[in-house]
Amino acid sequence: MKLIATYLISLIFGVGIALSGMANPAKVLNFFDIAGSWDPSLIFVMGGALITTFIGYKLVFGRAAPLLEEKFSLPTSSAIDARLVGGSAVFGIGWGIAGFCPGGALPALGTGRWEVFAFTAALIAGIFLAKFIQSAATRRSASAT
Amino acid sequence: MIETAFTPWASLSGGVLIGVAATLLMLVLGRVMGATGVLAGLVQPSSGQDFAWRAALLAGMVTGPAVVWLITGQMPAVQVPVSTVALVIGGLIVGIGVTFGSGCTSGHGVCGMARLSPRSIVATLTFMAATFATVFVVRHVIAG
Repeated sequence: MKLIATYLISLIFGVGIALSGMANPAKVLNFFDIAGSWDPSLIFVMGGALITTFIGYKLVFGRAAPLLEEKFSLPTSSAIDARLVGGSAVFGIGWGIAGFCPGGALPALGTGRWEVFAFTAALIAGIFLAKFIQSAATRRSASAT
Repeated sequence: MIETAFTPWASLSGGVLIGVAATLLMLVLGRVMGATGVLAGLVQPSSGQDFAWRAALLAGMVTGPAVVWLITGQMPAVQVPVSTVALVIGGLIVGIGVTFGSGCTSGHGVCGMARLSPRSIVATLTFMAATFATVFVVRHVIAG
């Protein structure tokens, strides 16, 4: 039941991404290229998604619990630190180089284009590399104290 | 670079669907719709159950284009204006960045911003600024 619901909900997400243009790197990069071939379409994606989610969340959080789980699992960290800002800046640089972000690339895999698989493989390698660096840093600080 | 047409209505309706999906995931399962979290959890699942729900999430996303094709008769366009080297280097950098930054456009940019999370607002403003700067440098400083 939960898995079917999850599948159908993320199918809506996948259709939304595909329809919006977020799965198309040419469109994404043109949005960021105000000095060149500017395509403002992505403002409409972000606007539509944000306003809908803002209103939707307001309604959902009026409930005591989600429908199929006992409680809401929300991110608990509130730290605004170098890791958050640095990581986000690095993400932005990669997004500007490749034109794909994770949310755009995962649905784009469904088009079967090899370029998307090349990007996603590199993305997964990057996640592994970062997790390796993180755990190495944690081990070092643990052994130092 | 490839010229793309301005598509306000398709983009707006796509955006609304993204918002509907994010809302439904919170309503039904109480979870944030973040592509980074989906991927990170898939490659390093904490349990079998955790893996199953993330796999269902990935399966839904991947079948999105097929549904668009069934409805419109056309696969959504994927035009890649960069080299394969740029795709791979960009992918690596994105992977490192989203892991340290704990999220991307869907997690921070949509779900976090909609909750008015200060952390997500800072993250989103940071990556948007970095992307604008990078595209400017790549297209108008290096290539220009």
